[in-house]
Amino acid sequence: MSVPSESVAAVLIAMAQALAILVGVLLLAAVMTVVERRLLALWQDRLGPNRVGPAGSLQLVADMIKVLFKEDWIPPFADRALFVLAPVIAMASLLLSFLIIPWTPTWGVADWHIGLLFFFAMAGINVYAVLLGGWSSGNKYALLGAMRATAQTLSYEVFMGLSLMGVVALAGSFNLRDIVAAQQGLWFIVPQFLGFCTFLIAGVAVTHRHPFDQPEAEQELADGYHIEYSGMKFGMFYVGEYLGMVLVSALIVTLFFGGWRGPWLPPFVWFALKTAALLVLFVLLRAALPRPRFDRMMSFGWRVCLPLTLINLLLTGVAILWLSPAGP
Amino acid sequence: MLTSLIAGTWSQLRTLGMVFRHAFRRRETVSYPEEAVYLPPRFRGRIVLTRDPDGEERCVACNLCAVACPVDCIALEKGEAEDGRWYPATFRINFSRCIYCGMCEEACPTSAIQLTPDFEMSEYRRQDMVYEKADLQIDGPGKDHDYHFYKVAGLAIAGKDKGEAQDERPPRDVRTLLP
Repeated sequence: MSVPSESVAAVLIAMAQALAILVGVLLLAAVMTVVERRLLALWQDRLGPNRVGPAGSLQLVADMIKVLFKEDWIPPFADRALFVLAPVIAMASLLLSFLIIPWTPTWGVADWHIGLLFFFAMAGINVYAVLLGGWSSGNKYALLGAMRATAQTLSYEVFMGLSLMGVVALAGSFNLRDIVAAQQGLWFIVPQFLGFCTFLIAGVAVTHRHPFDQPEAEQELADGYHIEYSGMKFGMFYVGEYLGMVLVSALIVTLFFGGWRGPWLPPFVWFALKTAALLVLFVLLRAALPRPRFDRMMSFGWRVCLPLTLINLLLTGVAILWLSPAGP
Repeated sequence: MLTSLIAGTWSQLRTLGMVFRHAFRRRETVSYPEEAVYLPPRFRGRIVLTRDPDGEERCVACNLCAVACPVDCIALEKGEAEDGRWYPATFRINFSRCIYCGMCEEACPTSAIQLTPDFEMSEYRRQDMVYEKADLQIDGPGKDHDYHFYKVAGLAIAGKDKGEAQDERPPRDVRTLLP
């Protein structure tokens, strides 16, 4: 059986691309753990970790060595199978979501017409990581954290999906490459400003980042659902949080800020710059805003954000129909 | 509802801006071992035993510091010199117990015991934190430059009889006061 050599080459190139993106994303998430600490220090008038290596540049290596060599302890009262499975789900579901991101005109793993729906599906699966982790730990705090996380993620995913429907309606496609192509001339943040605001809020909430970190609430729940985790299992939850940050930033860039579009600089540089700016915004949110009470956060989601997205979707639909060739 | 929503959103955005501007402020922390920390002159740190302007020991072993010490970290024994002056035969401060409250300094009638702006006393063994008299004594008068206890006190020592101290009148024979 003979295989055309150019198709073999294409497969190999695609695999190499996918691998490079995987490694790049993981590295970025790992670097963010240190960058976040330095940025928090910057905004809290401190110096931050600057001891390991020149200007603290090797802090990441030290952290990784530490977390890898910690005792990987599974509590005897835990449900072993689920306990081991939960961090895997947490990291894998987020890593899989990166499949759909178009990094540059030529780089990207999957070019699916279901694009965005795949992200929603993976975000939905990510809830199970928290739920199973909290349940299998056999710990009150973990269970409370998991319960909060599940309620929070479910209610915020409702309008996270709805907030992007305006973008989808404008672009006429779930495919992220088509959405980027539709932003020729005008970024979607202008016509979809409400959608941007609500998606940003929902993104912060779904990744359990501050100020929506009630599931982990250190002061009340002593880190919530991953309280019983140690070693690299905890590391996977931890890196997963930053993966979520990177993912939501990359998605916002793709959906609202024109993806890799921009003058003069190469596409990838534009994408990286926009993503970095959003990552900094994530850290700034954590540095600036206190954590609201859980019930207030839920009522904010249902009573403010959901109506806003519905209004946004309604207006978008009206505008599209009004401006369509068929006319009103 | 709507106004509170707008006001709340504005408040959050304003918070973000205010926190962001902290990036350009002066750092509150310093890279400590490389950069020295400023300590004010009255900083309460390592305890020393000072000497009077003549270079003699100020401490008269009155034990007031040991009594004042809330954590009982000071221990001393009295000795008496040939000229009649009292001095501490031993003086021991356990710095692993000391809380640097400065009450010993306040209690001291002779300005002998003083706290200094120095906190760098880390040791690997706890026993090394126990300072003996030789470790505590310094050569100078510390913060109180001119005070000389035996020159103002009424106690008679060799070379200074009663009534010969500064601003002291000669002792009166109380029996001459009888009516």
